Amino acid sequence: MAEAYSDVRGFRTLLAKEIRRFVSVIGQTVTAPVVTALLYLVVFAQALRGQPSSYPDVSYTQFLVPGLIMMSVLQNAFANTSSSLTQSKFMGNLVFVLMAPLSTLEIFGAYVLAALLRAALVVVVLIAATWPFVHLVIERPLALIAMFLLAGGTLAALGMIGGIVATKFDHLAAFQNFVVMPLSFLSGVFYSIHSLPPFWEQVSRFNPFFYLIDGFRYGFFGVGDAPILHSLLWGLGCFLLVSTVCITMLKTGYKLRA
Amino acid sequence: MDARSQSSIATGNVPGGVADAPALDIVAVSKRYGDVHALDGLDLRIECGEYFGLLGPNGAGKSTLINSISGLVRPDSGSIRVLGHDNRSEFRVARRLLGVVPQELVFDPFFKVEDVLRIQAGYYGCGPEAQPWIEELIQRLDLGFKRRASMRTLSGGQKRRVMIAQALVHRPQVVILDEPTAGVDVELRRTLWKFTRELNAAGTTIVLTTHYLDEAQALCHRIAIVDHGKLKLVETTEALLARNPWRFLQLKLAAGTVLPAVLEPLVASRTNGSVELKLHRDEHSIGEVMAALKAADVDILDMHTREPRLEDVFIDLTYGARNG
Repeated sequence: MAEAYSDVRGFRTLLAKEIRRFVSVIGQTVTAPVVTALLYLVVFAQALRGQPSSYPDVSYTQFLVPGLIMMSVLQNAFANTSSSLTQSKFMGNLVFVLMAPLSTLEIFGAYVLAALLRAALVVVVLIAATWPFVHLVIERPLALIAMFLLAGGTLAALGMIGGIVATKFDHLAAFQNFVVMPLSFLSGVFYSIHSLPPFWEQVSRFNPFFYLIDGFRYGFFGVGDAPILHSLLWGLGCFLLVSTVCITMLKTGYKLRA
Repeated sequence: MDARSQSSIATGNVPGGVADAPALDIVAVSKRYGDVHALDGLDLRIECGEYFGLLGPNGAGKSTLINSISGLVRPDSGSIRVLGHDNRSEFRVARRLLGVVPQELVFDPFFKVEDVLRIQAGYYGCGPEAQPWIEELIQRLDLGFKRRASMRTLSGGQKRRVMIAQALVHRPQVVILDEPTAGVDVELRRTLWKFTRELNAAGTTIVLTTHYLDEAQALCHRIAIVDHGKLKLVETTEALLARNPWRFLQLKLAAGTVLPAVLEPLVASRTNGSVELKLHRDEHSIGEVMAALKAADVDILDMHTREPRLEDVFIDLTYGARNG
């Protein structure tokens, strides 16, 4: 009897494997970033208590939480794909994925979706953990979800590029510490860019992470430093650009297939 | 019902093999790394049902060829078809028809043995219906007692067994074993020999690369020798052995015995009182050698003849050719 072979099953299997991979080390992949974000919240909320948020009827602590959540999304989406690909590449077991009948888009989709799920888990746990102390209402849920998907997707794809390009873990750490971390810290997580001097406010407007965070914050409060359309377009543009680069690398086998 | 469908290890349920197409059809495949021609316009056709040996010295291009077939290497030119399907334009079907055991010992440390096999089956589109075959692979490769063990806790030989199971988990019609017995114990070698012979008897095409030439001689119907990225020859194992004009006469001599001077040019080696004479089939008769020994009153304790081994032929064709 002929067995049923499914094209979709390969994609589902890779996705499930990637989810199991981060779930098997959940203390490192979810608990740790949640604890880090909560520490930021405690420290900055205490230090800057009474500071105006620049938004009407929004306390500084309320202002801070969406930014911290999005910062966690960005960092964890990047970390998930980059660490998984780098480890598989260095351990050599990536050959089992590369030899399998999986298309470029299936490989890309499985890695990015798994990263988005990890990021979503971090978001849910962070909201639940901050709920007793910081009451937040989601004013624009569709904008919130759209910004989450675009931001998480962009950083997941960027993490894949990092994983493909890195020839040692040092390269990955450098990318994370010198690109992802500064861009996310200098993107208005802890402050409204309206509170910056005009020059630095203009500089911030060239940081794509600013739009990702500001658009996400708009989802909570219905207001932001930039119009939501700008944030959505920046998010979409970043996602398309980074995804195209990543898919091209996968298609050509850059640093993966000799 | 044919023999293949009756066997519990039968393969061939993967859809899409083109009728009468060879198992592997490699045409003018080239791959350069800088100035090095890893593959230099290599042509090779392997028929369905063969147990085929791919031999060559280190750096000859065997692994580049295997990686080109499996899709890990992108050749600069040429085409590769697996049972009639181009391995790039029809990669899905071609890869489902193919199972490859990589040369390097690679594993995913996050998972247990049975999880690894289920995941591997899933990559190839196999679902729960693959479970009985996974069970059989676990038993046949003696992994039952390690099925729930993490991959990182396995010995080298056990990891190699899992890799072999991974290559077979989707019941491929063409299996490529890239030095599967390198660094493994005798027991696994025997297990693997027996198992792959059964797979081959059930219809699976097997391509084996190995540096153990006795292994290739014992298992393979046909053998190709690759060197400097080129195919030096493809012949049946018997024809390849027959190419060698030499045979060997091994003599165990009593202590202190001196060989007659006329036989000295024929000495191939001397070890612990034994002498091996290398005789040309057309030029040296064993009768003449025996007569010379008798005339010199040599005290022979034991003697036997040996046909040339694949190793002798291989050395003549590769290292011999390089030195000559």
